[in-house]
Amino acid sequence: MTTTAPPTGPVATNPKIRTVSRASEMPKRRGGRFPAWVPPIIVFIVILAIWYFVSYVVLDPARSFLVPAPHVIIEQAFLDPKTLGDIMGALARSAGVALTGLAIAIVIGFLWAVAMSQARWIERSLFPYAVILQCIPILALVPLIGFWFGFDFPARVIVCVMISLFPIVSNTLFGLQSVDRGQRELFQLQKASRWTVLQKLEFPAALPAIFAGMRISAGLAVVGAIVGDFFFRRGEPGLGSLISNYQSRVQGPELFAAIIVASLFGVVVFLVFGWLGKLAVGRWYDYSK
Amino acid sequence: MTLTTDPPAETTTTELLHFSDVAMTFPNGTTALSGVDLTVKKGEFVTVVGPSGCGKSTLLRIASGLTPATAGQTNVATKRIGYVFQDATLLPWRTVQANVELLAELNGIPKKTRVAEAAKAIELVGLAGFEKHLPKTLSGGMRMRASLARSLTLDPELFLFDEPFGALDEITRERLNDELIKLFTEQQFAGLFITHSVSEAVYLSTRVVVMSGRPGKIVETFDVPFAYPRDPEIRFTPEFAELAGEVSHALRLGHS
Repeated sequence: MTTTAPPTGPVATNPKIRTVSRASEMPKRRGGRFPAWVPPIIVFIVILAIWYFVSYVVLDPARSFLVPAPHVIIEQAFLDPKTLGDIMGALARSAGVALTGLAIAIVIGFLWAVAMSQARWIERSLFPYAVILQCIPILALVPLIGFWFGFDFPARVIVCVMISLFPIVSNTLFGLQSVDRGQRELFQLQKASRWTVLQKLEFPAALPAIFAGMRISAGLAVVGAIVGDFFFRRGEPGLGSLISNYQSRVQGPELFAAIIVASLFGVVVFLVFGWLGKLAVGRWYDYSK
Repeated sequence: MTLTTDPPAETTTTELLHFSDVAMTFPNGTTALSGVDLTVKKGEFVTVVGPSGCGKSTLLRIASGLTPATAGQTNVATKRIGYVFQDATLLPWRTVQANVELLAELNGIPKKTRVAEAAKAIELVGLAGFEKHLPKTLSGGMRMRASLARSLTLDPELFLFDEPFGALDEITRERLNDELIKLFTEQQFAGLFITHSVSEAVYLSTRVVVMSGRPGKIVETFDVPFAYPRDPEIRFTPEFAELAGEVSHALRLGHS
């Protein structure tokens, strides 16, 4: 809100009043005097500095391969055609697993939540399993999944689905149940069927929460794809197998390069789903609320 | 709830709503209403005033069929019931036009007809030009207008209002009161209006019903003699002040 002083009278010419009205604008400029992109760059530089410090000062030169300096990672891994090729190939395979797993998790999670939103007893019977699924130490289960379903693509996808399912289930359910009571009664007064209420009221109302859940799950699906692959180490190698190999061969720069690529991929998927959510509901829903 | 389309006696042919000895006790044992007798006839605008939590809203919920009464007779002689909630309850992802079309859409009315009906209702409440706006870009008063328009598409015979203007500022509220009176005289619906504002009650209605605090009972009924359309200036006449004073007095007695 801007305070406009009247054009005449002592108030307009009183410098103290002017100062007050300026002060009310202060919160807007809380960012300080430099542009918005400056602080993130400074933080990034600080992190790089700490990285170099650890690599060259803290670690003994003989052990510096444990935390190779950034330029070493770039030179030895990213600029090495063989390594870069391996990493990119593995990325493509892991991406296939992650996206397939995520798609399946979205479908199952959505249907699961819709079923639970239809009746209290269904929710009471099914929700505990969603929580349990979330709490299972997945690492312990991964080898078993390999034995049950083989060590190929399907087993990897299953690990992915298990890891990324819960946020979809819980967010979708929360979204479906968050419908305003008045809006619900509006439909009830017109004797709208359950299906109509779901389709025209609950589903649109739940979309912001569904997209928030998908964004979280997208990151988890990437983790799931890598974890499965890391343990199976058979079949077509993805980023997990690659990381595992680099680890056992103590190839520090290559290992860090693979980890960086895996993380960046997770970030990209997260951002894409954030963007999709904005595209779908940004017109009427304000995520910053 | 019993829904009678043919009222038994000929004297009641114009009765759209008839409650006799209606009571409402919630499962937790709270009695919200007891022994309520209330009639709303065609051409009437009845306002119920009472303290917060006296069961006024429950009365409307029973009338609309949202909640069944736990005792007594409730007869509602029409299926064309408009209901305006305390909040505008617009769907935030729909434009004004799509929101106003909603009820017709839920009733399976073909697209062409409902578009025309919605356009007419939007025009009536003075929202023409805002059809493509989303609720978040409208003021509170405009949202309430959209909500009114939405119910108007049902062409209601009985219009239920649950403190619709309670959250609005005084100026907007008075303007909407005037427009509501205009709609009432033009559209020929019977109104049952809930409010806690005595002045709003007297200004709008043909009859003011005063309710006591929990359990809600009707303590007194006042006929309002002013003719429609009402001049906003009648609020400053001695007659208005006197009637409002009597209503306030009854309200205070019922509250203590």
